[in-house]
Amino acid sequence: MKSVLLAILIAIFPISGFFISGALADEPVEVHLKNHKFSPSTIKVKANKPSMILLYNDDDGADEFDSSSLKIERVVPGHAKANIRIRALAPGKYPFMGEFHAATAQGVVIAE
Amino acid sequence: MIAALIIVFREVIEAGLIVGIVLAATTGVPGRERAVAMGILAGVLGACLVAAFAGELAGLFQGSGQEIFNATILLLAVAMLTWHNVWMASHGRQMARELKAAGHQVKTGERTLAALSIVVGVAVLREGSEVVLFLYGIAAQGGTSAAGMIAGGGLGLAAGALVSGLMYAGLLKVPAGKLFQVTSGLITLLAAGMAAQAVIFLQNAGWLEFFTSTVWDTSWLLPDDGQGSLGLFGKMLHTLVGYTAAPNGAQLIAYGFTIVLILVLMRMVNAPATTPRGKHA
Repeated sequence: MKSVLLAILIAIFPISGFFISGALADEPVEVHLKNHKFSPSTIKVKANKPSMILLYNDDDGADEFDSSSLKIERVVPGHAKANIRIRALAPGKYPFMGEFHAATAQGVVIAE
Repeated sequence: MIAALIIVFREVIEAGLIVGIVLAATTGVPGRERAVAMGILAGVLGACLVAAFAGELAGLFQGSGQEIFNATILLLAVAMLTWHNVWMASHGRQMARELKAAGHQVKTGERTLAALSIVVGVAVLREGSEVVLFLYGIAAQGGTSAAGMIAGGGLGLAAGALVSGLMYAGLLKVPAGKLFQVTSGLITLLAAGMAAQAVIFLQNAGWLEFFTSTVWDTSWLLPDDGQGSLGLFGKMLHTLVGYTAAPNGAQLIAYGFTIVLILVLMRMVNAPATTPRGKHA
């Protein structure tokens, strides 16, 4: 039993120990998702600084803001908003999509 | 219908691979079917709850509720997998003996069934809530006929279960004496991958903001985004062993730390049996 508690404690401790919160570079970028399309679908952010997207899902159904290059998976219910944090990015293009409607819901974050 | 098929397939594979590992790791353990079934059932119920309250959940922790929730259940699963492996290490030989003996009743394995049941529940919960929201969205919009959605979802479920079943069948080909060593290795990597994924969620919640720059990027070689067959293979490796195309520093630290932690704990509990004093061995 001791080893169990030890295992659990040790597994959780180091990750819970280092919470630091960071400041954002700019005001959040507002993005709307309507009829399964992002507008704007091209979002420019400053490179090497964290930023934030304020995503309004104006559709009835949920969608998932999904980007493997941004490492973000975020479900946004219909008629809800989500503040999506973007880590400091090296300059470049980072595509994202609404996974539930990937045929039309496509966009890109450009860090420069 | 195709959209429903692809999404359900992708999510079922992710949860199914984990169920496959758990089933292989509990070979011969009495009551394992019940434990796994309970985990799946609890996971499905939990997924419906999470889907129903997705908005409320996201609103917690200054809008980062989803990320914190995901990180928490992932770390819970990491703890359960760690415990399982540590228990296995201290009773591994006994379990292998029981598995090879007539009857194949691995009673020793019953101790960690509840932990593995939780792991199954977490896997199903995470992937399932997306499926529920997605299918509900299609049903609510009426974009696809309900019949097409059910057909697509059903086919996706069957295909995902088939792939997971094949992996399970492959694991069962491992000789009985080696099976628990193999599953224990797989569980270590599974736990490490989950810990690295939890780090991503904590980073996205703004709770963990160091070593966030990308260390390397092999997405040109093997993407992990689940798009296309190569991407799907990458995503399966992501689920199984934590493969990440472009990991950042904190992820790598969490991955490496988890592996080292589990190996050290396994060695600690195993040590007495290998000393001369361990006459019972």
